[in-house]
Amino acid sequence: MSVATEMKRREFLKAGAALGGGLLISLYVPEFVPAARAADSAAKPVALNAFVRIGTDESVTVISNHSEMGQGIYTSLPMLLNEELEADWARVRVESSPVDAVYNHTVFGLMMTGGSTTTNSEYDRFRKMGAMARIMLIAAAAQSWNVDSQTCRAEKGFVIHTATGRRASYGSLAEAASRIAPPKDIPLKDPKDFTLVGKPVHRLDTPSKTNGTAQFGLDVYIPGMLTAVVARAPVFGGKVVSFNADQAKAIPGVVNVVQVPSGVAVIAKGFWPAKLGREKLEITWDDGPGAALSTVEMRANFSTLSKTPGLVARKVGDPAAALAGAAKTITAEYEVPYLAHCMMEPLNTVVDLHEDRCEIWTGTQFQTGDRAAAAKVAGLKPEQVTLHTTLLGGGFGRRANPSCDFVTEATEVAKAAKVPVKVVWTREDDIRGGWYRPMWYDHFAAGLDASGNPVAWTHTIVGQSIMAGTMFESYGIKNGIDSASVEGAADILYGIPNLQVDLHTPKNEVPVQWWRSVGHSHTGFSVEAFLDEVAHAGGKDPYELRRTLLAGQPRMLAVLDLAAQKANWGSALPAGRARGIATHFSFDSYVAQVAEISVEKDGTVRVHRVVAAVDCGRTVNPDTVKAQLEGGIIFGLTAALKTEITLDKGRVQQRNFNDYPMVRMFESPTIEVFIVPSTEHPTGVGEPGVPPVAPAVANAIFAATGKRVRRLPIKPEDLRSA
Amino acid sequence: MISFTVNGKPVTVEDPPSTPLLWVIRDSLNLTGTKYGCGMALCGACTVHIDGQAVRSCVAPVSRAEGKKVTTIEGISPDLTHPLQQAWIEIDVPQCGYCQSGQIMSAAVLLAENSTPSDEDIDEAMSGNICRCGTYPRIRRAIHRAAEISKQRGAK
Amino acid sequence: MSKSFAKKWPMQIALVVWAVLAACLPALAQQQAALATSSSSVHAIVAASTATNNAARSDAAAAQAAFNRAWTVFASPRCRNCHPSGDAPLQGEDGHVHIQDVKRGPDGKGVYGMKCSTCHQVANLPGANMPPGNPKWSLPPANMKMVIQGETAGEFCRQLKDPAKNGHRSLAQIIEHVSSDDLVGWGWNPGEGRTLPPLDRPEFVAAMKAWVDNGAACPQ
Repeated sequence: MSVATEMKRREFLKAGAALGGGLLISLYVPEFVPAARAADSAAKPVALNAFVRIGTDESVTVISNHSEMGQGIYTSLPMLLNEELEADWARVRVESSPVDAVYNHTVFGLMMTGGSTTTNSEYDRFRKMGAMARIMLIAAAAQSWNVDSQTCRAEKGFVIHTATGRRASYGSLAEAASRIAPPKDIPLKDPKDFTLVGKPVHRLDTPSKTNGTAQFGLDVYIPGMLTAVVARAPVFGGKVVSFNADQAKAIPGVVNVVQVPSGVAVIAKGFWPAKLGREKLEITWDDGPGAALSTVEMRANFSTLSKTPGLVARKVGDPAAALAGAAKTITAEYEVPYLAHCMMEPLNTVVDLHEDRCEIWTGTQFQTGDRAAAAKVAGLKPEQVTLHTTLLGGGFGRRANPSCDFVTEATEVAKAAKVPVKVVWTREDDIRGGWYRPMWYDHFAAGLDASGNPVAWTHTIVGQSIMAGTMFESYGIKNGIDSASVEGAADILYGIPNLQVDLHTPKNEVPVQWWRSVGHSHTGFSVEAFLDEVAHAGGKDPYELRRTLLAGQPRMLAVLDLAAQKANWGSALPAGRARGIATHFSFDSYVAQVAEISVEKDGTVRVHRVVAAVDCGRTVNPDTVKAQLEGGIIFGLTAALKTEITLDKGRVQQRNFNDYPMVRMFESPTIEVFIVPSTEHPTGVGEPGVPPVAPAVANAIFAATGKRVRRLPIKPEDLRSA
Repeated sequence: MISFTVNGKPVTVEDPPSTPLLWVIRDSLNLTGTKYGCGMALCGACTVHIDGQAVRSCVAPVSRAEGKKVTTIEGISPDLTHPLQQAWIEIDVPQCGYCQSGQIMSAAVLLAENSTPSDEDIDEAMSGNICRCGTYPRIRRAIHRAAEISKQRGAK
Repeated sequence: MSKSFAKKWPMQIALVVWAVLAACLPALAQQQAALATSSSSVHAIVAASTATNNAARSDAAAAQAAFNRAWTVFASPRCRNCHPSGDAPLQGEDGHVHIQDVKRGPDGKGVYGMKCSTCHQVANLPGANMPPGNPKWSLPPANMKMVIQGETAGEFCRQLKDPAKNGHRSLAQIIEHVSSDDLVGWGWNPGEGRTLPPLDRPEFVAAMKAWVDNGAACPQ
C-alpha cells in the first residue's frame, strides 16, 4: 500500500506506546498534513510520522505543534528532532501543524503553547520522533542492500553501510522507509553525544524576519477577502442596544455593517475604510454593571480585604504565634495594576466560512480551543474547521484566550457578513479590550528574631482569579484557590519556619488572563521587595540573607551566587548608582538578577545594567535561552517602570503607546545572562526572566535613595529629589 | 490616482489621497513586510523610506509619496545581503519578528548618515521603534556589527 | 559640531531660527482664518501699534507688563514644548519629554530616522493626540536654542532681544517676522486634544507690540 493510498483513505499509522516518563505517545500520520501543505508536489514529501516529512529533494520538514511567538521554538523543536534524525541541518525547515489530537500538548491534553512548557514537554517526544524516522530510514536502506540494520549508521542525511561505505540519501529512502513498521523500542542518545542540542544554533526563522517574508496572521490575504473592525462595548460586559450605520456605510470602501455578539462590525475593502467607517457608527450601548468600575475604588476595597484573613493556600508552623513572639515585626502593602499584553501584532483572524467547512488563519496559542469555538459558532464539527497557525507577532499569553475571544468573534463576523473576512484589532482595541494581567494587592507581615533572621512570614493576596469560570477551572483551582494567584508566594523557596499565604478572590467585570509569567509577575515583585525590607529591618545584606534562607536550595543558591558574582555585588559603584538583587523560582526554573540603577533628580529611574543567572536544566539552544531572559527582563522593566491600565466609570483610561508606554532603546539596559550548566530535564525560559527584574530595580532604588517602592509602575514623582 | 515607485517599480494607486501609505502598501500593493502596530507613529513598525528618509507610513498620507521613491523592507536587498540583514542573522536579533522590518528600516537610515554610530547615536536613532519582545540589546549589537560589515566591504 | 556648522551656514541657520522662533511668536498667517478673531482686527492692532511706535514712547513698566502678558503664551505648552532646555522636545500639557526621546539635531529637524518629518506631516492629522503637523515642524537649531522651559519671563526676554541668540534680528524684524510665518499659527490650531495658549493671537500680538512700543524693557 503506497503512502498516497494511505493518505487518501485517511488511515492513521499508529505506533502508540508508552514511552519514557509515563508519557503516552501516540504516533499518527494524519494524511492531510503533507498532502495539503506540500509546496512542491514533485518533491513528493513523505511523512514518516506526524512530526517529520522527508522529500525526494532531501528536504526535511519538521512539523511544529507549538506556536512560534518569538521564543524560538521553531528552531528548538527541529533541533531536538534532528539530534536523533541525523539529517543535514542545512536541509531542515519547519512548518506549523494542523489541529489534531496527535499534536496535543503532552501535559495539557490539547493543542496549546504556554506556561513556558514547550521544551520541557516536548524534549522527549521530538527526539523520539527523530529517532523513529532514522530507524525506519536505516531499515529501508538495510532492506534494499540486504544487510543487517545494525551494520548501518546514519550521518548528515545519509544511511551508510559501515563495512562497504555504501550510501543512500534520506530523500531516496523516504518512500521505502514509510512502509517500514515503526519501531516499538526507540532508544535515545546519551546526552553526552549530542551534536546539536545544547549548542548555539542560528534560528531558522531569522532570515524571513529580516526581509519581510515572515507571514503573520495580519499578512494573510485570501481571494475575495474583506477587512473588518469591530466596535466593542466601551464598558466590560456592555451590549449593543441599537445602532445607526448610515454614515459608516457612506464611507467609500465600506461594504457592510453587521451586528455580532461582541458589538458592531464594519466590513470594508481594506483596513482603512473599515476604521473610518467604525468612527462614523452611532451605537447605543447598555453598559450594565461594568459602568461602575473604578480602579481607585477597587484599590481601596482590595486594601481593606488584604487586612482580613483569606483562604489559606499554604501554612507552615505557627505564624501567628511566631509573629507575636518575634523580636521585631514589620508589615507592608504591595500592589500592581492591571496590565495589557500589547503584542506588537494586534489580534487578527482570517475566516473563510462555507456551509460545510471553515478555514481559519490566525496566530494563536490555543488551537484546540479556537477550532472548537469556531466550529460551535459555525455550526460545524471541529474536524470541518481547518485552522492554520501563522507566526505570532508576540503572544505573552493573550493569544491563548480561555474564551477563544478573537477567533469566536471573527467567525461570528464571517457568519453574519457571509464573506471571507479578516477581523483586525486596532492598538486601541488591544489596550482597551481587557483580558488583562489582574490587579493585585498584597499585605505582608514578617517577624524577625533577635539576630535579625525572619522567623515568621504572612502574606495575604487579593486579586481576581484567572481560571475561574474557564475550561481550565478544574485544572487550576483547588479548594477555592487559583494556583495562578498564589504561585511564587505559596511555594517560595526560602526557609522560613512559620509561614502563611492566604488569598481573597474578588470578582468583577474586568476580564483577566495569563500575562507573561502570570501570578509570578506579581509575587516576584512583592515577595522579593518585601524580603529586601526584611533584610534591612534585620540589618542584613539582602544577598547574604537570601543565601542564608536558601541553604536548602542548592540550585537557587547557585544562580544567586553566580548573578551576585558576575554583578560584583558589594563592590563600589560610581556615585548615584546602586544595585538591587532578587531571585525567583517559576516554571521550574531558577533565576537571580542584579539590577544597577540611578535615579535622576526628576525621579526618572535609569536602569543601566541587569545581570541574570538562570538554571533551566539542560539547554537546547543556549542563545535562545539568553534571548528569552533578555526579552523577559525588558518586558518586566516595562511593567516595573511604565505601564498600568486604570478604569474610571468603567472606561479604560489608556489607549495606545502614548499613555501605555513601552521601554524603548534609550531606556534599555545592558543585559548579561549567565546559564548554570545542568543535566536536569529542561524547564521554562519564556517567562522566568520577567518576575525578578521589578524587585531587583525596586530594591536598587531603596539602596540608592532610601525610598521604598511598594507599588508598580514606579512613579518618578515619588522619587523626585529636586 | 497617485503615482510613485515602490522598491524601484512604478505604481499608480486609486486610494483616496488621505489614506495612510501603510494601508496602500499592504492592502492595495500587497507588500506585507511593512507592519501595523499603533497607527499613531508611536511604535515604528510601519517605517518605510521616502526618498531615503524614514517615514512612519501609518500616519503619512499616500499623497506624500506622489512622485517619490518609496522603499520597504522588501526592497532593501534582493537576497538578504544588506549589512543589516547579515548582522541581524548573525546575531539572531528577532524573536517574534513583527517589529523587525521597522527596526531595520530605521537602522538603515542611521547607517546611511553615520557609518560608525556610537551607542548614543543608536539610542537617538532607534528609540522610535518599539520591540515588545525586548530585542534592543541585540539590535544594538547588530547595528554595530552591520557598520563593521559595511566597512569591511568598503575596504575590499 | 554646532559651532562649525554655524560658521559654515550662518544664513541658513538664521533662516531656520526665524522659522522656529515664529512658531511661538504668533502673527498674521493666512491660514489663521480658523481662528475666532478675524484677521482684520489683527491688522488694526498692527496699524495702531506702528503709529504708537512712531511716537517712540519708552515706558519700562508698561513694556514689562506687556511682556509678562505675552510670556503666558510663550510659557504655555504649545510654545514651551518645542523650546526645551535639553535636546529633546516636550509633549503634552505636563511637558513630559517626547516619548521617543527624539533629538534636536544641528538644524532642529531631528536626527537619522528620527527626524521631525518621520512622523509629523505638513498638517495636523485628525484624531486625538495624533502627530501635529506643519511644513516647518522643528525645534530651534542647536546653536540657537531659544529656551523657554525652566526660564523666567525676564530670562527669556533677554534671550529674545540678544542679537547673538536671536539670529541678529531687530525688534521690528521680530515683530515683522512673527507676523508672516505660518508655523506661528499652529499654536492656535494645535489639533485635537491640545489646549490653546491663554491669549488668543491678536491679544498676544498686541502684547508683543506694546512691549516693543514701550521700549522693550525686560521683566526682572
